[in-house]
Amino acid sequence: MTHFLLRHRDIPDINQLDVFRKNGGFEAFQKAVKGMKPEEITEIVKASGLRGRGGAGFPTGLKWSFIDQKNWPHYVVANADESEPGTFKDREIMESNPFQLLEGIAICSYAVGAKDAYIYLRGEFWQVAAFLDEKIKELEKAGLLGDKLFGTEYCLRIHTHLGAGAYICGEETALLESMEGKRGQPRLRPPFPPSYGLYGKPTIVNNVETLTNVPLIISKGADWYKSLGTDDSAGVKLFSLSGRVNKPGNYELPFGTTFRKLIYEEGGGIIDDRPVKAIMAAGASSCVIRVDETILDTPMDYASCRAIGADLGSASVIVIDDTVSIEKVISKTVEFFKHESCGKCTPCREGNYWMMHLIKRIEAGEDVEANIDLLSSVAKQMRNKCLCALGEFATMAVVTGIENFPEDFTAENIGGGHE
Amino acid sequence: MSLIEKYPQEIEDILAKYPPDQKRSAVMPLLYLAQREGGYTTLEAMKEIGKMLDISVTDVASLVGFYTLFHDKKEGKYRMQICTDLSCALRGADQFLETMCEKLDIEPGETTEDGLITIEEVKCLAGCDKAPLFQVQGEDGIEYHENMTVDKTMELIDSLRKDSKKVKK
Repeated sequence: MTHFLLRHRDIPDINQLDVFRKNGGFEAFQKAVKGMKPEEITEIVKASGLRGRGGAGFPTGLKWSFIDQKNWPHYVVANADESEPGTFKDREIMESNPFQLLEGIAICSYAVGAKDAYIYLRGEFWQVAAFLDEKIKELEKAGLLGDKLFGTEYCLRIHTHLGAGAYICGEETALLESMEGKRGQPRLRPPFPPSYGLYGKPTIVNNVETLTNVPLIISKGADWYKSLGTDDSAGVKLFSLSGRVNKPGNYELPFGTTFRKLIYEEGGGIIDDRPVKAIMAAGASSCVIRVDETILDTPMDYASCRAIGADLGSASVIVIDDTVSIEKVISKTVEFFKHESCGKCTPCREGNYWMMHLIKRIEAGEDVEANIDLLSSVAKQMRNKCLCALGEFATMAVVTGIENFPEDFTAENIGGGHE
Repeated sequence: MSLIEKYPQEIEDILAKYPPDQKRSAVMPLLYLAQREGGYTTLEAMKEIGKMLDISVTDVASLVGFYTLFHDKKEGKYRMQICTDLSCALRGADQFLETMCEKLDIEPGETTEDGLITIEEVKCLAGCDKAPLFQVQGEDGIEYHENMTVDKTMELIDSLRKDSKKVKK
């Protein structure tokens, strides 16, 4: 299959500007700035059916159309805070196909009238940020970023900004707080960033993968894009496959590809040919789905995943085989969210704290059944009570893991020392 | 020596990234700059950054406390930050951490006697397909090491040890 996002896998050295340009790079941006009205671009992106790739799946063009035209300046922020356990797709784009992302940011900026755009990278991506800084300089030298682009009045600068290790900054309002030099804690919404964003100004925050789709949509058209994928989920998607598979990695596939194809054809099957026991389709913040043949044949798109009680999210598929106890799985997710809760909302801060302690008690064999009931009860009480989704995410694996795999939560099996 | 005396150009470049009336945005880049001195921020550096950006030292310190890559205490010259999150754990990261701790005779969070390596257990590093993996946070930034084995890691530590001896001489 031809890659549209991971183009470096087909075209060597596409991270070099001359190679990228030889392959059509920055033609879409030039076409946009020289010959299209900003709202025309937004309409094309709307018509393409592109939805946000960061997890929420919100229609991208619709988000752009919400930008408040009465309040200026406008900003664009690329969310490169990729921190969900199981997700590692944006990093590959930035490392290997950086110009396509930068062109996507540029087109988005033109569409919403932003003259400054930022890429907020998680602090761990220190090397990636330095690499992007070089690429941005090359674009400025080549006259593709900077003042009076292509002989028009349009000016654009792109800057990188490093976070410093906080999962919560992937949530867009926490990210904006962090960019403003504050602790990364979510804001009360509404207002949403397109009306009140960075420095209180209208801001579009989009995920790296989302923006990387944009140059293709502008050059090849909305209909072409819609022809890929399914009715509900247009286009291609990067699936980050990890866990107990032979070939973990990123796979670019059309929406609607089945779990079976991803795991067995692309991912080379399960280590030691063990059976798949469970799948988490959206990283650590997703449901633990008990796998049977029907589940394996489920198409991976937003609607079909919802129909089996899962969420596709950022499409970070973690595969768990029968050597692993689900109790261990939720122990890991709880530890993660306990560490990453920002502390602003009480149900999330205290709930995660207690879930971690309950898991420890359960693992120590203390009154296992009662503590498992209490754990479920704490998790359920955290839901719908927090400013952002972290409070929900933290409970997903706990509630569904216990419900779908009761056999892994009996006193006997936990006492039996599952590894 | 103060940060502004030592890095005048870099500080100017950092501030230029943000609107002039929003210079508080520079606080995180400046904290990274401060950590070049020994891998952690001193109270003096926090005070200087606060003054530079017109925010209180308490605000600066609250960021150091909030974000895991900022440190207010001296530890090893290199912080070896091993991911043991779910995907990595499914590929042996917990055992990797345990063996590394045994080899270096320290617990997670502790530093080797020569002050070279601190082992830290960290959350997802977005390299789940290349476990076991870790990053090394030093004074000059962060470097990823992926698809690691205990042997490869010991070799890396040996070379870091040699490098740091050279610098001392």
